[in-house]
Amino acid sequence: MNKTINQKAWYFVIPVFVLVAFNAAIPLMTVVNYSFQETFGNNVFAWEGTRWFKQILLSERFHAALGRQFAFTFIILLIQIPLGIGIALTMPKKGWGVPVCLILMSMPLLIPWNVVGAMWNIFALPDIGFLGHTLNSVGFDYNFTQQPGDAWFTTILMDVWHWTSLVVLLSYAGLNSIQPAYYQAAEIDGASRWATFRYIELPKMKKVLTLAILLRFMDSFMIYTEPFVLTGGGPGNTTAFLSIDLVKMALGQFDLGPAAAMSLIYFFIVLLVCWVFYNLMMKNEAQS
Amino acid sequence: MSLELKNVEKKVGIDTHIYPTNLKLEKNTINVLLGSTLAGKTTLMQIMAGLDKPTSGEIWFNEKNVTGMKVQKRNCSMVYQQFINYPNYTVYENIASPLAITGIKEDEIKQRVGKVAELLKLSAMLNKKPNELSGGQQQRTALARALVKDSDLILLDEPLANLDFKLREELREELPKLFEDRDCIVVYATTEPSDALMIGGNTATILEGKVIQYGKTLEVYNKPENLISAKVFSDPPMNIAEITKSGDNCKFTDNNVQWKPSVKIKDGTYKIGIRPHNITTYKEGNNSVEIDGKVQISELSGSESLIHFTNGNLNWVSLSNGTQQKNVGENTKLYMNTDEFLYFDQNNRLVKNG
Repeated sequence: MNKTINQKAWYFVIPVFVLVAFNAAIPLMTVVNYSFQETFGNNVFAWEGTRWFKQILLSERFHAALGRQFAFTFIILLIQIPLGIGIALTMPKKGWGVPVCLILMSMPLLIPWNVVGAMWNIFALPDIGFLGHTLNSVGFDYNFTQQPGDAWFTTILMDVWHWTSLVVLLSYAGLNSIQPAYYQAAEIDGASRWATFRYIELPKMKKVLTLAILLRFMDSFMIYTEPFVLTGGGPGNTTAFLSIDLVKMALGQFDLGPAAAMSLIYFFIVLLVCWVFYNLMMKNEAQS
Repeated sequence: MSLELKNVEKKVGIDTHIYPTNLKLEKNTINVLLGSTLAGKTTLMQIMAGLDKPTSGEIWFNEKNVTGMKVQKRNCSMVYQQFINYPNYTVYENIASPLAITGIKEDEIKQRVGKVAELLKLSAMLNKKPNELSGGQQQRTALARALVKDSDLILLDEPLANLDFKLREELREELPKLFEDRDCIVVYATTEPSDALMIGGNTATILEGKVIQYGKTLEVYNKPENLISAKVFSDPPMNIAEITKSGDNCKFTDNNVQWKPSVKIKDGTYKIGIRPHNITTYKEGNNSVEIDGKVQISELSGSESLIHFTNGNLNWVSLSNGTQQKNVGENTKLYMNTDEFLYFDQNNRLVKNG
């Protein structure tokens, strides 16, 4: 049978193409455009080549922000993943407790991010905030607006409060998909609680956990709103993560060229880490 | 060695899952629990294993009351309908897992796993992970795990239900052999009467949480105590009709077909049970009688033919050997082997000779 060649179907792709062009390609290309040029007022541009990229990659300011960013992401993953699994394991599997727990768990996820920041800002204020005041009254010298350690502590606590639920919900879904027969089989074998977790629950949760880690990595790596409202990147620059630093550079200093170069580098780092991470996880998957 | 359920009852909320049940399973027997889905087979097994506690009643094992004793202390193993293996263990590690926990020496584990693996034709795949295996092999691995332990009680909960036809046939033939020389009690739950017949041993017919009859499989099949037991142990469903006996002959209430009964029964009305394979398109036995039927459905099942037909108010199924093609709506003659009829009295109890 001869295949009829009909290329008219391509026309149907046009709407999507236009849409993607407007919401992704064109803004992105504007950034690319800025990153290679010096921008003056009145739309006057001068070609700079890779100068901004070199400048950013060699700047101590960028290194510091990147370091803070990785440290933050690493710490919150280290807390949220085990904590999320732990909470999911203790959640009831049937009865009235299920909807109650699920609703309580999804609550933080439903709150707008800037509200979360504002909430925690007030909550943690050393003089009037419940957390700040309590900590100070029991003898801790706590002031997140002045002490970098306290600022980090508060930011991490806020993120853990805000996002652990996501890990909990994903883990809970993963746990619920394990057939009860697995637990019975383990019980008959005389397996301990730990062995049941290690050899049944954890392997069975692998896919959702991969997803949870990936999502939490991306979100926390691009975090902006909450620390912006909470600390504004301060005190000093101690909680100025990549995105906060980027906005400072682009809109505070109006260094459009370096800011554009920085956002492209930022974008490639996220892409690279996700790609590496995903491949590692999937390679493991293929082996088991 | 014996396992005895004494007045075991299981209630969940206001629902009764198992009505008071007495059952004594002897050493070296295979016992089939036969009943449809939700009949209570799994609940019964979980109570036997100690995974679940009865609401009331006692479980005795080896003349010892083990009610409420934890499953870990009971030395039993279980195989499920789903293929349950540790996902990131190899086949070898999976089979060895029940032994590893008990602290048996490595050498002995190796030897025992090797032996069981050979028995179940798994020797070539000991280093593979369960999800690299076919369904049949996964279930063999689960079976091996159950066998390696030398349990006193082996529970098989519809182990063949998730396998395709060929694998099921293959494993079904092997199963009874696997347990032949073992010092244990085997309980096998299934929804398929043919499984029970193939496996032999003893059968308990179960309906809606009640054990209807327990005895040697062939006895239960050939001489069901009552109509319910006969119904549970018949697939396709048993054909049932009302008859009257007067003088020498029996006659259906709904038509004029007459025959001489093979058992001595008093005059009166009875219910009769005819298994589908005793109604055929050809004569079978010395005492077959003819019945007219209007074909409703005609289907082939392997090398057998199922013909659903009506005769007046009767709506019956017949099962003949070979491929018998009939057209829907066609009027046809069928033959009933009257020697195999089962007669039940007004209380649905089987009427025996004399």
